[in-house]
Amino acid sequence: MGGEFTEEADMEVLPSMWPEDIGSEARKQFNMEQPGANRDMLEDVTIKEDPSVVDFKRLLELTNYSEKGSSQLTYLVKHWEYRHTNAVRLLNEELNILSKQRQEVELKKLEILEEHRFEDDKHAGSKRPVSILEEACDVWGRVPRKRNDVAAYNRNLDIDAEYDTAMYWKQRALQLEKMLQETIKREDALMQKLLENIKNLETQSSPVEELSQILKRADNFLHFILQTAPVVIGHQDKELRYRFIYNHFPRLEEEDIIGKTDEEIFSGAGVKEIQDFKREVLERGSPAKREIKFDTPLFGSKTFLIYVEPVFSKAGDTIGVNYMGMDVTDQVARRERMAKLREEIAVQKAKETELNKTIHITEETMRAKQMLATMSHEIRSPLTGVVGMAEILGTTKLDREQRQLLDVMLSSGDLVLQLINDILDLSKVESGAMKLEDTKFRPREVVRHVLQTAAASLKKELMLEGHVADDVPVEVIGDVLRIRQILTNLISNAIKFTHEGKVGINLHAVSKQCPGCQERHNQGLTAALQSTRLAKENSSETQSYIDRESSHCSTCQNNLDQNSTEKHHLTNEDTEKHNQQYEKIVWLRCEVYDTGIGIPEKALPSLFKKYMQASADHARKYGGTGLGLAICKQLVELMGGNLTVTSKEHCGSTFTFVLPCKVPSKRENSDDHDENEAISDSEITADSSSDEINGSFVFKPLTRGTLFSSDGSMVCKTKLFGSSMLDALHISNGLSESDSYSSNDCTSRKRLSSDRVSAISDAKKMQAEPKGPAQQSLGHNVNDFGRINKRDEGCQDSTNGFVMHKFDSSIMDSSRTQRNTGLQQGKMASSERANMAESVKSLPTCQSPTHEKEDTCMSDGSSFKILLVEDNKINVMVAQSMMRQLGHRIDVVNNGLEAIRALQRSHYDLIFMDVCMPVMDGMQATRLIRSFEENGYWDASVTNGNDHTMTSSDSLTHGPDAGQSRKRIPIIAMTANSLAESAADCLANGMDSFVSKPVTFQNLKQCLKQYLPC
Amino acid sequence: MLGLGAARLEADMNRLMALLFHQGVLDEQFMQLQQLQDESSPNFVSEVISIYFRESEKLLKNLRSLLADRECTDYTKIGIHLNQLMGSSSSIGAKRVRTVCLAFRAASEHSNWSGCLRLLEVLEHEYCYLKTKLHELFQMEQHRVMAAGARYHPALS
Repeated sequence: MGGEFTEEADMEVLPSMWPEDIGSEARKQFNMEQPGANRDMLEDVTIKEDPSVVDFKRLLELTNYSEKGSSQLTYLVKHWEYRHTNAVRLLNEELNILSKQRQEVELKKLEILEEHRFEDDKHAGSKRPVSILEEACDVWGRVPRKRNDVAAYNRNLDIDAEYDTAMYWKQRALQLEKMLQETIKREDALMQKLLENIKNLETQSSPVEELSQILKRADNFLHFILQTAPVVIGHQDKELRYRFIYNHFPRLEEEDIIGKTDEEIFSGAGVKEIQDFKREVLERGSPAKREIKFDTPLFGSKTFLIYVEPVFSKAGDTIGVNYMGMDVTDQVARRERMAKLREEIAVQKAKETELNKTIHITEETMRAKQMLATMSHEIRSPLTGVVGMAEILGTTKLDREQRQLLDVMLSSGDLVLQLINDILDLSKVESGAMKLEDTKFRPREVVRHVLQTAAASLKKELMLEGHVADDVPVEVIGDVLRIRQILTNLISNAIKFTHEGKVGINLHAVSKQCPGCQERHNQGLTAALQSTRLAKENSSETQSYIDRESSHCSTCQNNLDQNSTEKHHLTNEDTEKHNQQYEKIVWLRCEVYDTGIGIPEKALPSLFKKYMQASADHARKYGGTGLGLAICKQLVELMGGNLTVTSKEHCGSTFTFVLPCKVPSKRENSDDHDENEAISDSEITADSSSDEINGSFVFKPLTRGTLFSSDGSMVCKTKLFGSSMLDALHISNGLSESDSYSSNDCTSRKRLSSDRVSAISDAKKMQAEPKGPAQQSLGHNVNDFGRINKRDEGCQDSTNGFVMHKFDSSIMDSSRTQRNTGLQQGKMASSERANMAESVKSLPTCQSPTHEKEDTCMSDGSSFKILLVEDNKINVMVAQSMMRQLGHRIDVVNNGLEAIRALQRSHYDLIFMDVCMPVMDGMQATRLIRSFEENGYWDASVTNGNDHTMTSSDSLTHGPDAGQSRKRIPIIAMTANSLAESAADCLANGMDSFVSKPVTFQNLKQCLKQYLPC
Repeated sequence: MLGLGAARLEADMNRLMALLFHQGVLDEQFMQLQQLQDESSPNFVSEVISIYFRESEKLLKNLRSLLADRECTDYTKIGIHLNQLMGSSSSIGAKRVRTVCLAFRAASEHSNWSGCLRLLEVLEHEYCYLKTKLHELFQMEQHRVMAAGARYHPALS
């Protein structure tokens, strides 16, 4: 019954010994074990009490005066009182219980007595009701024995029954009385004990003792916890003088700290800050946290997290601060490092995205480039179909008018091709893939040619004029194709927007010293040298043609020996001269002016932008893509010059560009006379209105509808067209499309006539016919004369590296029937074939049978040996079939190595070489073939284990003659890639040209025409 | 009746060809191929095409097996195969196959496996389409020749 109270008391033994304001929260910040329960633990721990320095007087003051201190004390006292009241209550409780028990017992006794008084008789000798209490008191156990004794005693006493009965009850009553007395005695004892206990409790302990014990214990725990924590705990009074400090980093003695302020103790960064911070807290009266960086001579550079809370007096005034500091230097450093890392990661990520973007753009550009290449191919192939068909049409019998129409058609077709190339060019310039090719060219002729071309397609009554100043060098070096492109663009623009008046070109040299010019010069020099090398190769090739030709030509026969030796000489000299060439730079200023509609001032800024025209009206009225000027500007800038425009509305515009050009060395210029002669030659026959010598040209307006009539301007036009082809030959290096075009023309002419003499005269007639009979015969003669001159000029040209053979080939063709006579005089000729033919006669033992076979093949005249190197079966089949239809027999091998074997076995006039092949690719094979042609022996790598090594070494032993005269076999690459890079690769590897796949009749035919002298 | 059939077949053939050209499946190179067919080689086109199919099937099979494992894919080999296929496709004028080959090659140059696989599927699709259509065309051609033969050379039929 009293148990539950005891339990309650147990639970309440130490609910919290700490101030209410600390322990008020559900989660207690300080929980301590009961003292004594596990005392050993703390005893084992050594507690350094040194760090804490206490101003005890202050503590006392604090406990007395500060609100917190007094409330703490009050609580402790209250608690003690409560405990003791509780104990008293407990004891009283117990006392009550006991007295209640006693009352119950007494009541029971009375009841029993009552009962037994009335039931006396019934009970004799029978069972009696037994009380638990009696039994427990061991009363009844004694009583029956006693009764037996009593019975005996009673018998002994004789008055048994009566006495016995009375006695018995008497005795019983007596006994009960005694028991009662005993109980009362026990009660008294308990009472006494209780009193004693109360007394004991009262004397056991004083509250102060207990309080100090608890405090000590708490203090111990605090020390135990704080001894390794990097914290500083302190209390400062109102003046911020230390009253208490617990410092994990003890550097100073008690007397150094207590009663002093931070500023008095420390010095250095952060001290002032913490002082101010504490003051602030003191003033504001609310706790605050702050991170403060210290840099003091005492403990170096450290960062502390400081927590400061104000302490209030009972009256509510602030009387000081408690503060706590924790060293967070590492954390701060880590945090800062983290921040830095995060920043770096962010930067990295930004970079990555940037890079990804760049990659994406690059990929896009690549794709776009690829697409452009594909597109240009796609557009070009149908167009070549059109042009090719027109060409074929040209071979059929046509009357004059039809032929004129066809000529226009062909030139338009070429123009469209050129346009497609322009678009490709623009994208190339923009993507930085555009490469400039430096070639030697004559500015006068470029200007003239551009005007001629413009005149040829002129449909307006405009005067076209050109003026080239005397200070412009006869020859300069630059990318003539691009310069022509620019001029053509500007001129056609000018014509487009001019309805009457004139359009013209002024070209003169300016003395402009551009800072970038020297740079470009140097950079261009290597390219220039390279192109020179190419030109030289071509020249030697040309030379062989010319030699052959001249050896066959009876009219030139007298000069032949002298000529050829001289040429050899010159060529050698030429090579030496290459090193000293291209020293000077000249700036050419070119103005293209017109008297057209002009450009409004506001349209000028956007003039050079892509797809922009002066206005939408213009676009509607004049058409055009708006690409022309953009291309021009980019090309000019690419060449290191600049393009500007001045314009006045309704009066006209002038586009001016300035370009740096290299000037070839003096020796090159010395050939001028021949050239000029040749030019004037052609000019005499051509048109008197164009004054070539003075560098001025005027093209008078053509009247509409006279295109096909036989008046003078027509002659001029047609003739100019012819001579423009001539120019192309002068200018280009044998690779431009106009070249093949003219060769086509020549061939077509040849085909038209069975007779060789009429081949020329017929061709001339075509152009000269409109002049009327008298003029015609004159023109005819002059032309013939011109032709011969031209051939001579061609010879001299070859020393300059100019290729004339395309043009000459037609003449040479015509003279082919004279070969037999030519052969007899051809002993000195260095042409391989002539040499071989000679050798057949004089040295039959040295010649392999293949040569003889080849000779017969040659005499056949129409069939050449062509080698196709291609691994793709389909391509082989197609090419073979095409060749058969074109009337040529071809041998087929499947890779580069086989090609070389085939070459060792027999001679070929032309090789079509696939670029991508297994075993040995086309590039490598070409290099090896070229090196053989140069050195006269095969590279060891290909002759190993080869049966035909002997043949080649034979030719080596033939001496320098054989090596020198070995003809360069034209090798044409077949490439699936129409990008310019791969074309450049082909040329760099020694190939002469390339056809893009799939091969078509057109490009096959063109190649055959170009490279087979038929 | 047979004569009429020939004319109809020719019209059908022309229609089919026009369709194929219009769809860009074939280009003018195919016309060049047809030009090559003459009396000396009457079956030239179908011979070339059947060789093309034979070769291409091999190449496609190889490509499929080369792309089987993502980890060890030999992109150089794929490039070589594609060059082959591209070369022969452009020679017969199979324009769309060639275009897909181009894209495929670009993907293989970037070692883009998933792209390659996708393009291989496209390529196979294009190839199958081309094959069916050309087969159709040749069948018609055969019928036409037979019909024409029946008309012009009754003894031969």
